[in-house]
Amino acid sequence: MSFLKITKREDTPRQKAILIRIISVVLSLIFAGLVIAVLGYNPLEVFSSMVSGALGSASRLRQTVTKAVPLIITSLGILVAFKMKFWNIGGEGQIMMGAFAAASVALFVDLPQPLMLLCMAAAAMIAGGIWAFIPAIFKAKMGTNETIFTLMLNYIAIKFVTYLQFGPWKDPNSQGFPKIADFPKSAVLPSIGGMHMGWIIALVLVILVYILMNHTKKGFEISVVGESVQTAKYAGMPISRIIILSMLLSGGLCGLTGMIQASAVEKTLSSALSANYGFTAITTTWLSGLNAIAALFVCSAFAILVQGSSYIQISMSVPAAVADMIQAIILFFVLGSEFFLQYKVSFHKHGKEAK
Amino acid sequence: MLLNFLVAAVVAGTPLIFATLGEIITEKAGNTNLGVEGMMFMGAIIGFIVGQQTNNAILAMIGAGIAGGVGALLYAFLTVSLRANQIVCGLTLTIFGKGFSSFLGQKVMGTLVPASIQQFFVPRPIPVLSSIPYIGKIFFNQDIFVYIGYLLIIGATVYLFRTKPGLNLRAVGESAASADASGINVTLYKYIHIILGGALCGLGGAYMSLVTVPVWQENIIAGRGWIAVALVIFASWHPVKALIGSLLFGGLSIVGFRLQSMGIHVSQYLIDMLPYLATIVIVIISTRKNKKEDMAPADLGNAYFREER
Repeated sequence: MSFLKITKREDTPRQKAILIRIISVVLSLIFAGLVIAVLGYNPLEVFSSMVSGALGSASRLRQTVTKAVPLIITSLGILVAFKMKFWNIGGEGQIMMGAFAAASVALFVDLPQPLMLLCMAAAAMIAGGIWAFIPAIFKAKMGTNETIFTLMLNYIAIKFVTYLQFGPWKDPNSQGFPKIADFPKSAVLPSIGGMHMGWIIALVLVILVYILMNHTKKGFEISVVGESVQTAKYAGMPISRIIILSMLLSGGLCGLTGMIQASAVEKTLSSALSANYGFTAITTTWLSGLNAIAALFVCSAFAILVQGSSYIQISMSVPAAVADMIQAIILFFVLGSEFFLQYKVSFHKHGKEAK
Repeated sequence: MLLNFLVAAVVAGTPLIFATLGEIITEKAGNTNLGVEGMMFMGAIIGFIVGQQTNNAILAMIGAGIAGGVGALLYAFLTVSLRANQIVCGLTLTIFGKGFSSFLGQKVMGTLVPASIQQFFVPRPIPVLSSIPYIGKIFFNQDIFVYIGYLLIIGATVYLFRTKPGLNLRAVGESAASADASGINVTLYKYIHIILGGALCGLGGAYMSLVTVPVWQENIIAGRGWIAVALVIFASWHPVKALIGSLLFGGLSIVGFRLQSMGIHVSQYLIDMLPYLATIVIVIISTRKNKKEDMAPADLGNAYFREER
């Protein structure tokens, strides 16, 4: 630190913040390009193929949107928890339990389509909410570490669905293949604009969560609890209740993701349904600065990355593992760039430093 | 029967011993590194490849340690120097490590660890100790890797609680600002111990690929890194309790096979839940403790910036 001086920025002008982020993404692409070149692929070809795979045609664009939907809704759920500094890394399990509840309705209850879908969504939100409520009540009443608790609940949910898939819920008509029966037609979300209607749900939820967090008393209370439990206590806020209610909402949103994925994408319940969305959403939520509108954009960018990665697996036979590494490299750079948003680095001449 | 089960439990618990110890050391420096799973993957594949190339078990272990350490260095640079969020960086490291190992692993998929290395890791009874009834058979008729684990547990306990650098390290984890004020180089301490912790995770991963499985397969770590993160809380940041916890969870992870071989039919998937359920129970119970030395380092998870003191 003898010739570098680091000072905290009071606040970063928006233009500068955007510039820093763009620089970090560009640097990460250059670095990822070098890695790709070392692995023996042409980086320019890989990148252009990724972009065209994600945005190149209407049908590819639809696939990208379909990948963005679960990320956006899960991110909104995680956002509510993170705002409170409740480290909910249990999105994965909450998605699973939501999907499980939706499947229970879809497979065992016979209802006309609109009612069926509403019941599935309600059941999913309740189940996801309960899965988040369990760690929340322990956190609120006893101060139990929520990071590990929510993480372990992920594994339990996934093992539980695996158990159903290989055991009691295995479809007898699947010729021994361990899969759960497909949902009836009435349990499949209808399409709008050539895509399942999840994208509309996601957009509406972005607006609702934005209003809740930024323009209501509840949202204000949540962020106060996140800033300082002490302050919230002095202000007479019912802390336990705030934690529990917002975790119900957080888990409920993740549960809804599970319902949408089960109903519209998989059209059944499977142990692979959560597809790491719960974990990826943690990153997207953080990068969005816990802002619902920003989360929409970050998740969309991420969906382009994911869809592009899966496209190059087929078009250029680049293994999925390389795509994972590219994603991680880009994330590392963007995470690192946060520093330059918060701190100012200036150079000093030797000997001139005064302390 | 039970004896055989306990011997196997030690083998199943050994990767956890290394990884949990690594995470304890990291957290003592005030950082939560959720990249344990990723660093174990990195150690597993590098250890495996170095082993195949050199036929040398020691070099394989060194390679694994370096791989885990490099992953941790990346994490340390982001969280210590750039003060990025620890949880998110750790998760990203896990994504990276998994991708890294599955990419490098494609070429060695399904291949075996060389015979000379397998030979190196056969159980070797320790004279005298191995003749203690029961205990000797369970703990002191194991492979060299397991013994290194025991030594590291003892070494870490002495280091943390009986040496000056250990005291300094704990001071950094309790309050980076006070440690800094008393002249401890906080950044250096954090870097060294985060990297050391990562190297241990790498070794834990290598135990899976070199000894437990000894064939390269996809998803070889299968969530053990996350169990290790939870075991840190179970162990209340104490190496000896980490050993006990690792063996307990090692046992839980193989209980399903044993039950089935005894003719008791319970779904494997339900039994697989046991370690995770047990972890939750333990996290809840450990919340109830109120002794100071059983608690998390007070400054855990906070980035340190001198000018914000």
